[in-house]
Amino acid sequence: MTNFSDPFEALFAIQRALDARKASDWMGSSTTGMGSFPPINIFQQGDDYVAIVELPGVDKKDLGIDVKENTIRISGKKTITYDEGASVHRRERVWGVFDRTLSVPIQIDPDAVKAEYRDGVLALFIPRAESDKPRTIKIN
Amino acid sequence: MASQPELPVQQKREVEKKPESTIPSRTFLPITDIFETDQALTVILEMPGVDKEKVDVNVENDILTIEGRIDYSKYEGLQPVYTEYNIGHYVRTFQISSKLEQGKISAELKDGVMTLVLPKAEKAKPRKIKVN
Repeated sequence: MTNFSDPFEALFAIQRALDARKASDWMGSSTTGMGSFPPINIFQQGDDYVAIVELPGVDKKDLGIDVKENTIRISGKKTITYDEGASVHRRERVWGVFDRTLSVPIQIDPDAVKAEYRDGVLALFIPRAESDKPRTIKIN
Repeated sequence: MASQPELPVQQKREVEKKPESTIPSRTFLPITDIFETDQALTVILEMPGVDKEKVDVNVENDILTIEGRIDYSKYEGLQPVYTEYNIGHYVRTFQISSKLEQGKISAELKDGVMTLVLPKAEKAKPRKIKVN
């Protein structure tokens, strides 16, 4: 291995994971809205999980997150306003309502889920429930 | 609620690079809207995850370049287990007309969306001609 740090390791890890996505059964068939808006990446951080969701242009007050058992619901609306009388040259952005439910295949602690929204990116910190964590058994 | 259409996911388009970069990073084209009023041309670009300190807007030889960089350090120590989208920097360039006041471009970044307002030069604004 090389000695200098590689800032792209995280990126490559995502790309490898994307390539392996078809083979991954982490979510199984449990996500009810696979392929729908908003796109979600899920990472493992020690025992816990982090879901990172891209929602550019969505106002924080138009975003709702509900957690029940191991299910997380992300819903809201994205609105775009144009000046009146403007002529449109290029229109690539889309807007509308979204409602997506995510069921993670682990036991989570619903009260401890934290959400952070910044620069159009939602980060959900999903702690694994204490009862779900693996225990090391000491051999006498 | 039912009357509004459900949002589709937009796949990121990768930039076709002319000069090759020395570092192996991916760059995407921000999703962009452009509209024009009598006063100005407005360019709106979606760059989720880009901090306002990490944006460069440049005008050179009538070429407007918008560049936004992602902070990869936030992903340190995270192991992907399930992924649906790729991350990378954003860059997009537009040929702009000299009829725009290139020195008066204003930019604002909110919720990962950048709004650039390019005011029109006085001579390019429409004039009402009074008929005597």
